[in-house]
Amino acid sequence: MWKFFHQLASPPHFYRLAAVLSPWLAAPGIALIAYGVYAGLFLAPMDYQQGDAFRIIYVHVPSAYLSMMAYMIMAVSGGIGLIWRIKLSHAVAAAAAPLGAAFTFLALATGSIWGRPMWGTWWEWGDPRLTSELILLFLYFGYMALRAAIDDTAKADKASAVLALVGVVNVVIVHYSVEWWSSLHQGQTLMKKGGPAMDPAMLYPLLAMILGFTLLFGSLLLRRVRTEVLFRERRTRWVREMILSPEGS
Amino acid sequence: MTDAHKEQPSIFSGLAATARRDLLLAWKRPGDVLNPLFFFAMVCTLFPLAVGPSAEQLEFSGPGVLWVAALLATLLSLNSLFGSDFEDGSLDQLLVSPQPLPVLALGKTAAHWLTSGLPLVLVSPILAITYRMPMSVVGVMMLTLTLGTITLSLLGSIGAALTVGLHRGTALLSLLILPLAMPVLLLGANTVSLAAGNDVYTTGIWALGAYAIASLSLAPYATAAALRISNE
Repeated sequence: MWKFFHQLASPPHFYRLAAVLSPWLAAPGIALIAYGVYAGLFLAPMDYQQGDAFRIIYVHVPSAYLSMMAYMIMAVSGGIGLIWRIKLSHAVAAAAAPLGAAFTFLALATGSIWGRPMWGTWWEWGDPRLTSELILLFLYFGYMALRAAIDDTAKADKASAVLALVGVVNVVIVHYSVEWWSSLHQGQTLMKKGGPAMDPAMLYPLLAMILGFTLLFGSLLLRRVRTEVLFRERRTRWVREMILSPEGS
Repeated sequence: MTDAHKEQPSIFSGLAATARRDLLLAWKRPGDVLNPLFFFAMVCTLFPLAVGPSAEQLEFSGPGVLWVAALLATLLSLNSLFGSDFEDGSLDQLLVSPQPLPVLALGKTAAHWLTSGLPLVLVSPILAITYRMPMSVVGVMMLTLTLGTITLSLLGSIGAALTVGLHRGTALLSLLILPLAMPVLLLGANTVSLAAGNDVYTTGIWALGAYAIASLSLAPYATAAALRISNE
């Protein structure tokens, strides 16, 4: 049991393991997304209130959930790297940040496209989720900017881990303060919480999309970690040997 | 060993000495204290020029403008928190000192608040009056600014510690701190707006107080960790 974890933290071992795992996550992920897109766009019935516009949730909900999940992965693995000095977990944090930012942007973009026909505006400051998501995007930008500004990788890892951990505490505060703030603005057309129970024909594609996006995210993350590990370990013997060996990677 | 242990000054004298030193430095270089204040006043002047001098508009936008200006002025003053100490090597002395680093960082942050936050709070009524803010609201605004700038100084000290010694530090510091500072701005400005509209505003005060206490107890540790990382 412990041997597995110790091996996991070793860059060459993880590099090979990730290469094996990545396609196994990607294949079912893409299959689920393909099903979700088809079922969501063609099979699911129209919403009695929102018409076809509701179908954007099949991209919006998974992106929004992954935007937060990626931040947690980034902060937790940064914290693990800081406490137990595991270099690999810093590589995971570094690899997760741009993915998280991308999903945050996707969640914001789809939310704003949905908001145009529903609320009659691209952007609604009164909605707490939009505002918190935007602040999350800025947190990602700050994190990546700090990483980019420090030349020494080890230092950049630790400094950005501290920032990510401070950010986690702050995300909670942001959430509640924004909620309090938006409750001041009376009469906003807030999205109904869940609404009536979803029709299974609408729900199953959504679940498929959420699972599919998560698997695809996992696969992409592993691929990015591989690149990150390869770059960070570029001066080590195992990388040189692997590159010089006839099979390549 | 035991003698050395006895002679070691208490934690509080370490905190006080760090704060006193920074206050003395600020006293000798009044420009560092005054420049953010002038900046604060000028940003507050820019808004009426840009949006027009109508009394209604000024009353409406006053709390928000004052709070944004205070936030920006605090950001402006954060660079000097560890920057000059880093350059002249006294930061290394803090790091090797036997005193706990979070306490020393708290001392420096306290001095920073006394030389940036407190003057902002004291100057803000003058600017608030030009925005036609009633006297009863001015008190609420000063209270929110007091609590808010304490939080901003503490959060800012984390950012300043993370970016100390970096070439592109200034812009980066703003990028790091602004998302963290948004809840403070949101709570502060809206509490003042509520007070101006004769609404119940105490929720915001409590929330700002809670945020200030939370950052007072947690931020020095993050600042200390960041200082150690930046000076490895």
